[in-house]
Amino acid sequence: MAMHYKDFLRIDHMPHMWCPGCGIGIIVKAMLRAIQTVEWPINDIAVISGIGCTSRAPGYLDMNTLHTTHGRALTFATGIKLMRPDKHVVVISGDGDAAAIGGNHLVHSCRRNIDITLIIVNNNIYGMTGGQCSPTTPLGAKAATSPWGNADPPFDISSLCKGAGATYVARGHVGSGVQLERLIRGGLNHKGFAVIEVLSNCHTQFGRRNKLSDPIELINNIVAKTVNVRQAAKMSREELAGKYPVGLLHQDEEREEYYEAYKKVIQLAEAALKR
Amino acid sequence: MPQQQNNGRRVVFWPGNEVIPEAAIAAGCRFFAGYPITPSSEMAHIMSRRLPQVGGVFIQMEDEIAAMGALIGASLTGEKVMTATSGPGFSLKQENIGYASMIEVPCVVVNVMRGGPSTGLPTALGQSDIMQARWGTHGDRPVIALTPSYLDEAYMETIRAFNLAEKFRMPVFVLLDEVIGHLSEKIEIPDPSEYELVERPRPKVPPEQYIPYDSSESDIPPLADYFSGYRFHMTGLNHDKTGFPTTNPAICQAENERMMRKVDAHLSEIEKYEEYLTEDADVGVIAFGSTARAAMVAVNDARERGIKAGLLRPITLWPFPEEAARNLGKRSKGIVVPEANLGQLIYEVQRVAGCTGPVVGVNKVGGVPIYPGEILAKIEELA
Repeated sequence: MAMHYKDFLRIDHMPHMWCPGCGIGIIVKAMLRAIQTVEWPINDIAVISGIGCTSRAPGYLDMNTLHTTHGRALTFATGIKLMRPDKHVVVISGDGDAAAIGGNHLVHSCRRNIDITLIIVNNNIYGMTGGQCSPTTPLGAKAATSPWGNADPPFDISSLCKGAGATYVARGHVGSGVQLERLIRGGLNHKGFAVIEVLSNCHTQFGRRNKLSDPIELINNIVAKTVNVRQAAKMSREELAGKYPVGLLHQDEEREEYYEAYKKVIQLAEAALKR
Repeated sequence: MPQQQNNGRRVVFWPGNEVIPEAAIAAGCRFFAGYPITPSSEMAHIMSRRLPQVGGVFIQMEDEIAAMGALIGASLTGEKVMTATSGPGFSLKQENIGYASMIEVPCVVVNVMRGGPSTGLPTALGQSDIMQARWGTHGDRPVIALTPSYLDEAYMETIRAFNLAEKFRMPVFVLLDEVIGHLSEKIEIPDPSEYELVERPRPKVPPEQYIPYDSSESDIPPLADYFSGYRFHMTGLNHDKTGFPTTNPAICQAENERMMRKVDAHLSEIEKYEEYLTEDADVGVIAFGSTARAAMVAVNDARERGIKAGLLRPITLWPFPEEAARNLGKRSKGIVVPEANLGQLIYEVQRVAGCTGPVVGVNKVGGVPIYPGEILAKIEELA
């Protein structure tokens, strides 16, 4: 299928505001290819974001788009999805947005298993606000607020989401747009709460402070830390230390989606009315 | 229980916290997102039972902030939406309330006020969130807050809250206090033929010509429903008429001023108040919510003692009925402002009333109501 990105983009709002070499472009393109292959009409898609570099993505997408408050995108998305369960809702969020200020909404969206696809661009830093450490900044890494090295242990976002009940969890990286497209497509097709964590590069804010200011060098560094999920299954805990399994990490097609469960509430409530 | 009928109207004996959700459903509310908080929780209980019966959705969110976010999202699909909370929850909601103001999406937020600050007196009366309602979120934005004193009034004011929210594309607050939320009264449910329901302005132009904040015809631009074929962008950043971010100083200034005009240029339509024996009043009383009920008794008692007292009862607390307060201030020797806080409304009265005599408060924050005798004592001091 020929890919015409322009069919999905608000070209008149280009050039975009991201730094040259930023991974977000790779991720947005993978997302658009995935959307094209699932053949959702653009009128039926809402893309919701919070605050941060990643959260500026919806502005460039010719869909129903909403740039909300910091960390809260999933809550807005939940309201939209509940009133229009037949439509498609995608949330795109950064690591600080999703896992710090929005952490509560993240785990509860996983618990509900509402049919929303969440893409988390994990670049280990708060980019837009000036390079402060995030919940995924590695121990010892330098950031604007950890000049002596980060003392806060990082979250493993994918494990967190799996533990909280998400029924589709995948991890990709900006080194492979093809794999990413496949993982996002799987999330879009999944009936339930789907999380795709994407390891991405912020050479401007993270790299510059950690001797990785060249985007290619930083992306290579990220790729070197990844290991395919099938290979990871054969590795010991020690061998996996510092590595990020990538691929489809978890999928559960059995657990009931939230609105499907709520439909039963509606049936019971309506039956009580008729009695 | 067999239901009484009166002139074809259903007669019920309900607490305020049941009147409001039932009125909301009558107004067309089909989505409620909430979080448990005393003394407003009964509204969530009722909505969880009732909304799925009328084609709506109730959801208990993980926190107050989430409830406000879900509310705004649901409203963007074109539905009428409401949440209910109380003091601390109202504080938590403020950022997203500002967001709703900024993107101009209709919603109704009920706050059943309790004692504060902080956790304060969760089960007891307070009226201390009125300045939070006016100024609680950062930045300037228009505010409408309704403060009914009686439950039949609460029913109609709830319907009006939805109408105002839809008409002016903004959050509208219903500020109850714990007494109004929890007291039960016999009321007649108005027949739907007795009131009008308002829908938000929707675009008349085809999607390719739609500009989400086009104010060339009105300060209240049409709002398209999500998924209706009108694809548009909204952001909490300052934006131009297209909805996309801008830092252009002239556009930011003009757009923020336009938002304020939505209320400022429609005061006669929005403002509502009741005057009781104010024409010849020597001493004025200005009170709202449950406190106004005590104030009315105090005014009657004063009249029995030969003191010409009169009550101005704002039903829209914001925008504050300035002209009515000014007229009362001009006529009277002094004004008493009883309120279940340590003095908030009194600042507004002092600012606008222009009263040559004293403006004095009767203030209680212990969770018990202000009694008529306490208001009467101040009236007698000023007479």
